[in-house]
Amino acid sequence: MIRVQEEDFDLGAELAKLTAGNMKVGGLAVFVGLVRDMAGDQAIGAMTLEHYPGMTEKMLARIEAEAKERWPLEASLIIHRVGRLEPGDQIVLVAAASAHRQAAFDACQFLIDWLKTKAPFWKLEESGEGAQWVDARDSDTAATKRWATPKKGTAE
Amino acid sequence: MKLLYFAWLKTKTGVAEEDLTPPPEVTTVAELLTWLRGRGPGHAEALADLTALKVAVNQEYAHPDDPVRPGDEIALFPPVTGG
Repeated sequence: MIRVQEEDFDLGAELAKLTAGNMKVGGLAVFVGLVRDMAGDQAIGAMTLEHYPGMTEKMLARIEAEAKERWPLEASLIIHRVGRLEPGDQIVLVAAASAHRQAAFDACQFLIDWLKTKAPFWKLEESGEGAQWVDARDSDTAATKRWATPKKGTAE
Repeated sequence: MKLLYFAWLKTKTGVAEEDLTPPPEVTTVAELLTWLRGRGPGHAEALADLTALKVAVNQEYAHPDDPVRPGDEIALFPPVTGG
């Protein structure tokens, strides 16, 4: 399941709902991204997440489908927030549930790695020196490449 | 053809969205970007460095040689930074 929303999410409630009633799940791996108060040596007051409505949902659905094809998942969830966020706020949740931990861990990491380089979101950081668009990081691209061959349609 | 600009592409061009009709000889992504540069100083600056640019045609990532057609939705944006 994927969701793009301005509202915050209740981590516990989302995870409980994700695996409720499914006794085949033996492991649930979760990553939650939070807004930091520093970017390098600069204090960040807030950030605004912009996205491309339509393409965002399409890419997230495709990333989730790819994870389900690669690992035997019982359930998965991607929630990404947009709009203005402050330090400490939750930005993103990815979760993967499987019978065993390895598939859950790997799929969870795959979901966030691919999301970071393929889903059309952009961060605008506000500091004392004004607002600045965040640059993409080479380390994120490298993290995505670990998962090898993207299928047709998910290449950047 | 509908053009969409995101993040600093929007800031530099000064538009989020515009409906354009390029001349018929513009048939690929690369040709479209070259033509767009001529629309004004904002567009020229935004499109100066094509290595810093991603293009989506009808919400799919596209390459310079990919075709563009009347009625397409073309989005221009920098490398993504979500998550």
